[in-house]
Amino acid sequence: MTTTQENPTTQAVELITVVIDGFEVSVPKGTLVIRAAEKLGIQIPRFCDHPLLDPVGACRQCLVDIEINGRAFPKPQASCTIPVEPNMIVKTQLTSAVAEKAQRGVMELLLVNHPLDCPVCDKGGECPLQNQAMSTGNGETRFEGVKRTFEKPVAISSQVLLDRERCVLCARCTRFSDQIAGDPFITLNERGALQQVGIYENQPFESYFSGNTVQICPVGALTGATYRFRARPFDLVSTPSACEHCASGCDMRTDVRRGKTLRRLAGDDAAVNEEWNCDKGRWAFKYVTAVDRLTTPLIRGADGVLAPASWPEAIAAAASGLKGKRAAVLVGGRATTEDAYGYNKFARIALGTNDIDFRARVTTDEERDFLAAKVVGSTTTYRDIDIADHVVLVGFEPEEESPIVFLRINKQVRKRALKVSAVATKLSIGVEKLKGEFIKVAPGAESAAVAGLPLTAKSIILVGERASETIGLLSAVVALGDKSGAKIAWIPRRAGERGALEAGAIGNLLPGGRPVSDAAARVDIAAVWGVPSLPASPGRTTSEIVSALNSGDLDAVVIGGVDPLDMANSAQVLAGLKKSFVVSLEIAPSAVTDVADVVLPVAAITEKSGSFLNWEGRPRAFDSAVADSLNRSDLRILSALADQMGESIMLGTVTQAAREISSLGKWDGARANFATVSAIGANKISGNEALLNSWRRLLDLGTMQKGEANLAGTARKAVAVISPKRAEILGVKDGDMLRVSNAHGAISLPALVEDIHDDAVWVPRNSFGTQTLISLNAVHGDVVTVVKA
Amino acid sequence: MADQNESNTVQPHISNDVDITSVAYEKVDQPGAKSLWAQLQGFWVTFITMFKKVNTVQYPEVKEPTAERFHGRHQLNRHPDGLEKCIGCELCAWACPADAIYVEGADNTPDNQMSPGERYGKVYQINYLRCVFCGLCIEACPTRALTMTNEYELADSTRAKLIFEKDDLLGPLRAGMLPPPHPMYPGMTDTNYYNGDVKEAHPSQEIK
Repeated sequence: MTTTQENPTTQAVELITVVIDGFEVSVPKGTLVIRAAEKLGIQIPRFCDHPLLDPVGACRQCLVDIEINGRAFPKPQASCTIPVEPNMIVKTQLTSAVAEKAQRGVMELLLVNHPLDCPVCDKGGECPLQNQAMSTGNGETRFEGVKRTFEKPVAISSQVLLDRERCVLCARCTRFSDQIAGDPFITLNERGALQQVGIYENQPFESYFSGNTVQICPVGALTGATYRFRARPFDLVSTPSACEHCASGCDMRTDVRRGKTLRRLAGDDAAVNEEWNCDKGRWAFKYVTAVDRLTTPLIRGADGVLAPASWPEAIAAAASGLKGKRAAVLVGGRATTEDAYGYNKFARIALGTNDIDFRARVTTDEERDFLAAKVVGSTTTYRDIDIADHVVLVGFEPEEESPIVFLRINKQVRKRALKVSAVATKLSIGVEKLKGEFIKVAPGAESAAVAGLPLTAKSIILVGERASETIGLLSAVVALGDKSGAKIAWIPRRAGERGALEAGAIGNLLPGGRPVSDAAARVDIAAVWGVPSLPASPGRTTSEIVSALNSGDLDAVVIGGVDPLDMANSAQVLAGLKKSFVVSLEIAPSAVTDVADVVLPVAAITEKSGSFLNWEGRPRAFDSAVADSLNRSDLRILSALADQMGESIMLGTVTQAAREISSLGKWDGARANFATVSAIGANKISGNEALLNSWRRLLDLGTMQKGEANLAGTARKAVAVISPKRAEILGVKDGDMLRVSNAHGAISLPALVEDIHDDAVWVPRNSFGTQTLISLNAVHGDVVTVVKA
Repeated sequence: MADQNESNTVQPHISNDVDITSVAYEKVDQPGAKSLWAQLQGFWVTFITMFKKVNTVQYPEVKEPTAERFHGRHQLNRHPDGLEKCIGCELCAWACPADAIYVEGADNTPDNQMSPGERYGKVYQINYLRCVFCGLCIEACPTRALTMTNEYELADSTRAKLIFEKDDLLGPLRAGMLPPPHPMYPGMTDTNYYNGDVKEAHPSQEIK
């Protein structure tokens, strides 16, 4: 790694003073000459150099004259590979005719084989080669021969296209794949003039991070299939934004042409995503323009059919259906912090209840107490991963569930062999890449393995949302943290979960982590909200709300951004919703729409402003990328609804909500206690039975990946993973069909024999051809039957 | 004048150096106007002109050709086999000082080959309410796809009709041309097309 952006704190660094173009500059020892020059504002042309990749000196464009202790190098040297030294005198193209001529020469050689197809090239207009050919190249070519040609474009995956003629062999893409993503699927083949980027024949380039290679390519050699030929840089209106897909919290840039998002790029935030993002964040944005968006409010008439209605009609219908009823609020983990705050205030003021839960997944009371006691207000950050001595993954698969966390761990693994342990049932591709210790446990038996881990105060335990699927696991994690002093970080899968937690969209907490049970906390919030009092008894959880709807203890529900099919008991959820008065706030029709009484269309992320809190609790604010959208945010709709009900929540705009949230601040009183739950252990199995283990893959059937076939093309294949021992007993080998079934249903998938606990079978939770929750209605640790199909 | 102005609260600024009344109303002696000779001279010009060739044209019944390089309506040209020359690069839109051109590129696919090479212009619009006929767009065009014709009759009754789509701008199919989409000339690359090596459509290019 290059040195400048590393270790911004701690020990004093040794400074070295060098002279560049007659100016003195002092930089930390180990800094490369090219970056020392940058510090002075001297731009040396370059292609292969990238501050986050190891220096390679491949393109030779950054040649400068260097002299140390009065002795000059006989030839110009590549400034991107040479660290500064005492008494070094550097002359760049600005002061040295030799360096200037050398750079022009290199540029001429690079352009010998570069096609003159800028008009059809996607990079045209934002191309470092174009720019530097203007600044450092000759106006006219002296080359009269025939340029090298290759067949083009070559699809190295369904998303990334390679044009070998344009490649300047800077090796940025291959270094990224190797050093950052840890997927060395692309490499440089052949030698000399025929050298080219290629993929390994038997392994497709199916990296979750392949989009970054397109972004860092300094020419148009790698292009994205989705953005190909769609626009020119000057057509695009760029808006800084934040990624809505997971809790990593990537900084992003959204490029819009005529109200339509055409591409998204990784932003530059050294503290979070550095300069990278994952393919889902980069390419999964078409759901916003998918044809099935809800555009107008709908009301279910007396005939039982949803009919379009005006906004005042719909708001009035929703208000009269909710007014005076026993109602609850379900808000999925996709809402922005401000929207979640709106739902929370709406529940507590307009509905007069604490029955609100943002967790639209498998949940337990243990998890709710864990969130209240250990997560809300916690300040563990990416930096803690950087300095940790041991990272433990519990119920968490970083590459699939929070890719930037994976990149950050991978960086430390590569740099200083950071120790990684995964308490899991199956050895995943990600953990293998992190060279992690695989602590193999049966599904349901994780607690015992966690309890025995030897951690120190510098260790960090990363707990995923799946940890709640094993009773007692979070208790074991808390106990381990208390015993060793290790930091605990909860990393949910969805972008809005941490924000919703901090905003109080859960039954036992008010905004800022204030316990509902604490009278002082309630007075605090009631004063700011200008209401006499707030409901005092802790609210129901998601599953309690569902059963209350079914039993008739609740009459109505406001539901936003929740897919019932994400929950374990989806049939029960839908039955409960069918019985009740349902107000649905959604961007597109879903299973909820079919049972809703009033449907209110809301704005998608690109159409509104707001913020997320990533897993660190770091605010990720964004502005609306599409300026003239007619869609309203959840917040505005809830505010109108509350007004109509005569219980105003006074949150007309996102700014207003953000100001109110920050004025509330964090709770400084006593935190909720965490009540330890004892572990149950794994279920007993016999014969052909196995314990189900599963997680969602990064690229799957998620609602927000709709409409992007190129992205879906690189999703990992759906397989059923069994251990060699079970494979032998069943007499199957890789590729044979397996049938995984229980009383509820069955799925058939090709088998893959891998390192997994002998008692378990792994299937993806929501991938192509297998929707475990829907087909089997089974979650982690449940007993299923596995037979050869 | 001065007396009248005194009643006003706001005094117009008048320079003290010049008496404007004397400048404006000075009488000029115009001897020519009175002279009969001078009047005859004038009528003589009129009289002679009656026997000269008439310059006035009875437009729109009669239409004179424009100058050879007159900047008129644009045309999107075709290669001799009928494929479109436009590659959707948007350089014309980039060059346009009036922001009158809108282009969207797209991929040529084997089933839908509109132009030689990888890329073609899927959407091509020129807004003649904005166009100033400066010709910077045709200078920018790297494939000579966009040129200007001499057609100048560009008036219409609605604004929408003055946004010309690709269909309105494409040149006609001449002899030897096939309507795209159709495959490229066998054995020819896009470079051959640009070099003018393709002279007409090959029978194999026709899609039955």
